[in-house]
Amino acid sequence: MELLYFGDKGWGDELFFATLMTIAVSITAMIIGFIFAALFTPLKLSHNKILNSIGNAYTTVIRGVPELLVIYLFFFGGSGAIMFVASIFGYNDYIEINAFLTGSFSIGIISGAYSTEVFRGALQSIDKGQFEAAKVLGFNKYIYFFKIILPQMLRLAIPNLSNVWQITLKDTSLISVTGLVEIMRQSYIAAGSTRDPLFFYSFAAVLYLMLTFLSMQLLNRLETKYSKGY
Amino acid sequence: MDIELMINSFPKLLNATLITLKLLSVSLILGLFIGLGFAILRLNNNKLINKFAYGYSYIFRGTPLLVQIFIIYFGLGQIEYLRTTFLWVVLKEPYWCAIIAFSLNTGAYTSEILRSAFQTIKPGYLEAGRSLGIPSKIIFTKIQIPIAIKQSLPAYGNEIILMLKGTSLASTVTLMDLTGVAKYIISTTFKPVEVFMVAGGIYLFMTFIIHNVIKYLEKKYGFQT
Repeated sequence: MELLYFGDKGWGDELFFATLMTIAVSITAMIIGFIFAALFTPLKLSHNKILNSIGNAYTTVIRGVPELLVIYLFFFGGSGAIMFVASIFGYNDYIEINAFLTGSFSIGIISGAYSTEVFRGALQSIDKGQFEAAKVLGFNKYIYFFKIILPQMLRLAIPNLSNVWQITLKDTSLISVTGLVEIMRQSYIAAGSTRDPLFFYSFAAVLYLMLTFLSMQLLNRLETKYSKGY
Repeated sequence: MDIELMINSFPKLLNATLITLKLLSVSLILGLFIGLGFAILRLNNNKLINKFAYGYSYIFRGTPLLVQIFIIYFGLGQIEYLRTTFLWVVLKEPYWCAIIAFSLNTGAYTSEILRSAFQTIKPGYLEAGRSLGIPSKIIFTKIQIPIAIKQSLPAYGNEIILMLKGTSLASTVTLMDLTGVAKYIISTTFKPVEVFMVAGGIYLFMTFIIHNVIKYLEKKYGFQT
């Protein structure tokens, strides 16, 4: 247990901050994922063949390729791509992107593909009459989307979104390969310096279990709140 | 775009695909047995056995696969006693450690899939079987299992694809699978996009095949229940 003391003697404080980092990366990735989902869900539902196939390509490729490969692409290719864009604007110095941003972005793209599928499914299972009625009643676009479609979509999407959250949370462990100090990376460092990998990796497993357990409790509450009938 | 690199790296990546497929098939077969075992335990009326099976699937589904591999590969070697037993022959090989982790992981997901498949079988079928005087063993193998297979096919297809992606984690314990070789080529040539396209293409091709095989099986076993 001494290994978990806070301060210089143990790894307690380091692991605590690493847990906060995991939570921060997961939330950022989830938000980036929502932005991607907001962009690609309309494409997937579009009747235009080109737009539709762009939307399909995104979800198929990201969901068919291992997460680790996507992370390597952004880890090794990210700063190159940014430098290329910057060089167009005449900036030629070396740019290094922060591991946090690369990590959240790559996990965000992955989580976005799952969220897109969830939103598409939810939108498609809303009764057609709701869209028609809203149009017939002459609501403006804001009310049409935010007051009529979105609330109905959310109650259908939230149970599946909590699965996406679980996947995203567990995927963040993969960013440890880029050197971002989250739970997995911190356990690796601690295991290396104390030669006690069994303890630290098991403790990491406990931390992840706690995170999934607590977030499920919260999400279940949200689910009951939104699944109320109207 | 470096087409030459793409062409040159293709055979190397294809070679590594063999290891990926080996990992996938062995762990799926082992995982299916583990999953079936735990699904049967989950349906047991004894609360203790039930809780044990639930705990197993909760732990393996609630933690990242990476942690599981690391505990088995780096962690178990630390136990002095294990080093003296025959198990050490297996546990010192990264290949077998990866397979153990993958099988236990997919076993947990499979047990959930099979459990829900068993639970959705209408009680009428079992009652009909019993009233016809069919022994309960035969009811299990000839009625429950075929219906459960049919019910669980779509979900199990997803699980196979998730596992295919999961095998990429074998590269973190020094195995040179498809992702491992891809990472090696990327870090020596610094051409991530080209290598990603080739390796990702191979993965997509495999997912495509798995998806279609499952679709075919669903059609074939799509009898009315």
